[in-house]
Amino acid sequence: MVNNITNFSRSGLSDWVLQRVSAVILAVYSVFMVGYLLLHPNLDYTTWSGLFENTAMRVFSLMAFIAIAAHAWIGLWTVATDYMKPTALRLGFQIFVILALFIFLVWGVQVLWGA
Amino acid sequence: MLQVSIYRYNPETDSAPYMQEFQVDTQGRDLMVLNVMEMLKEQDSSLAYRRSCREGVCGSDGMNMNGKNGLTCVTALSEVVKDNKLVLRPLPGLPVVRDLVVDMSLFYKQYERIQPYLLNDTPAPAIERLQSPEDRDKLDGLYECILCACCSTACPSFWWNPDKFVGPSGLLQAYRFLADSRDTATEERLSELDDPFSVFRCRGIMNCVAVCPKGLNPTRAIGKIRELLLANAT
Ligand code: SF4
Ligand code: SF4
Ligand code: FES
Repeated sequence: MVNNITNFSRSGLSDWVLQRVSAVILAVYSVFMVGYLLLHPNLDYTTWSGLFENTAMRVFSLMAFIAIAAHAWIGLWTVATDYMKPTALRLGFQIFVILALFIFLVWGVQVLWGA
Repeated sequence: MLQVSIYRYNPETDSAPYMQEFQVDTQGRDLMVLNVMEMLKEQDSSLAYRRSCREGVCGSDGMNMNGKNGLTCVTALSEVVKDNKLVLRPLPGLPVVRDLVVDMSLFYKQYERIQPYLLNDTPAPAIERLQSPEDRDKLDGLYECILCACCSTACPSFWWNPDKFVGPSGLLQAYRFLADSRDTATEERLSELDDPFSVFRCRGIMNCVAVCPKGLNPTRAIGKIRELLLANAT
C-alpha cells in the first residue's frame, strides 16, 4: 500500500470511479449547453438568465461545477505526482490548484444563486 | 556492412555515457540481434551485456533495439533494422550498471511486493492442492511471464514512479495469484493494491502489450484487477 496525504480520497479506486462519473456529468452538461445555444441563435439576457432561474438548471449547473473541480483535481494531482519531483514545487502546485478550484466553486455558487 | 551504434558507459572510467559506432559484416544473413552483439564482443571485449539461454526463456537480455524493448536473442535483424542501422540502448528508466546492463532492483522490489507465491490458510492436504482443468486454464497468459522487464521499462507510468507503481509485469503476476483457485488471500492482496499508485497509475497506453516478447497482455490483467477491486468495494 502506497500512502499519499495530498490525495483526498486516499483510494485509487474511488478516484478512478469519480473521474469517470464526473466525465459523464460534464459530457451531458456540455451537450446540453451546445444544444441550447444552437437552438437559441439570438440569445438575449432575459432568456439566458431565465434559464438559470429554474432550480433544476441551477442544480444541474452546480453538479457540473463540482464535477469540474473533482475531475480537475484528480487529473492535476496525477500530473503533479508524475512530473514534479521536487517536494516544494509539487506541494506548492497542489495547494495552488486546491485553492483555485475552491474559489471557482464558491464563485460559481454565488453566480448561480446570487444576482 | 551493418552500422551498429551502442550505448557505452563504465561508471569507473567514463564521466558520461556515449554512443560507440561499430561495423558488422553479417554476410547478408538475417541474424538475431544477440548474434551481432557476440560479433561485437569479439571486436571489443569490454562490451558488457546480459544473456544466458539465447532462446527467449531466461529473460536476461532485454534491451532497447532501435527504440523498442525486446529480447535480443529472439529478435531478428529484419524486425528492427532500419536503413541498415541498429541502435542498442539499455532498458529505459532503470539505473545503468555498465553499458547495456541495468540495475533491476526497483523492478524486483515491485515483484516482491505483490507476494508472488500461493497464500493459503486452509490445512495442507496430504499430497497436493488440486485444481480443476477449468481453473488451471485461468492462469494461461499469466504464468508465462519471464520477468524480462521489457514491459515495465516501456511504461511511462513506471518511469515516473518506479517506487510506487507496481508496473505491468508485477501487476500481471499480481493477477496471476488473484486468479488462482488455490490462493485464499484475495482480500489481503486487493487491499494492498487499492491506493492511487500501485494499480491506478496505469493509463492504459498499452506500451507493455506492444513489447512483451511472450505475447502477454498486462493491460488486460490490470483491467481484471480493477474489476475485482470494484466488485469488492461496492
Ligand atoms: S497499459 Fe498501463 S501498465 Fe501497460 S504500458 Fe500502459 S500505463 Fe503501463
Ligand atoms: S509481461 Fe512480458 S515483457 Fe513483461 S516481464 Fe513478463 S515476459 Fe517480460
Ligand atoms: S538470452 Fe535468455 S531470453 Fe534471451
